[in-house]
Amino acid sequence: MTGPVGEGWLDGDAARPVRPYAVIRGRTSPSVHLDLMSMVVATGAGPGGYLEPDHEQALGLCRQPATVAEVAAWLRLPVAAAKVLLSDLAECGALRAAPPLTADQAVRRPLLERVLDGLQRL
Amino acid sequence: MASNASNQMPTGVKLLVAGGFGVGKTTFVSAVSEIRPLTTEEQITAASAGVDSLDGVEAKSTTTVAFDFGRITLSAELVLYLFGMPGQTRFWFMWDELSAGATGAVILADTRRLDACFAAVDFFESRRIRFIVAANEFDGAFRYEPDEIRAALKLGLHVPVTTCDARDHGSAKGVLIALIRHLLATDGGQDPGVPASGYLPPARPSLTRDGVLS
Repeated sequence: MTGPVGEGWLDGDAARPVRPYAVIRGRTSPSVHLDLMSMVVATGAGPGGYLEPDHEQALGLCRQPATVAEVAAWLRLPVAAAKVLLSDLAECGALRAAPPLTADQAVRRPLLERVLDGLQRL
Repeated sequence: MASNASNQMPTGVKLLVAGGFGVGKTTFVSAVSEIRPLTTEEQITAASAGVDSLDGVEAKSTTTVAFDFGRITLSAELVLYLFGMPGQTRFWFMWDELSAGATGAVILADTRRLDACFAAVDFFESRRIRFIVAANEFDGAFRYEPDEIRAALKLGLHVPVTTCDARDHGSAKGVLIALIRHLLATDGGQDPGVPASGYLPPARPSLTRDGVLS
């Protein structure tokens, strides 16, 4: 299974032409709160008009659900910058975000059993 | 543009891989991840104490902390993510963000430098994140018994200590399975002797050549 990088969308060796924080015009506070492990996916809806290239690229990476951390890695942006882009997209309805597991949810027995079963079947 | 019409998003489960610098965290993540490990970075800005720029604004220094992570898709509804913790101790503040909401952790140990694990053990105990220790068996390193490692790290009897070859998919997967089994076995019970919240690593004695492991 490969992600967008594996599909040849991004050249892993290409240098980024634009400084990461220029992408988001110096904003560092995302409006929708996102965590490294928030799961994001494109809704297929949204403004329908012109999207800035970086927002377009970020949205393109979310056709299948992915974590904020993955999107940041694929975009080769610092996490904070990726969060701003994704938060913008969530605000305009182009992206849906699900929060990560809380510390309590992360260790619940039914989940652990599913994880164990999944690992044993690998 | 294709969209995800389903209301279901997969659940992401976060597992942490810690251990001293060079112990084999990235190797371990690579061995078990379905993708080549990704690298994400956080830029940390800190005001430089006592340094002013010409216009009187306090000069800032930025540092980039990078961490690797891998992924294992267990099903359409369940995806594991393995985050490698930055090894250098000056990046401790990153550990809190990385470890928030984690299910559990693997501490990889190099038996030639067991003291490199102490900080990780202290951190996870203080955050009440359960973990197992896996000694990465470097070729030529003396094989220690798990109980010897447990004693050297001052771990309770309830903390599993195992060995692995971080390069091997089956071995690394076995470590993750051991971790999940440990979590199920200790489910609902608090580990005895967990220190109060608030992280300040207690000093642990350094291992010397005349120490526990000689």
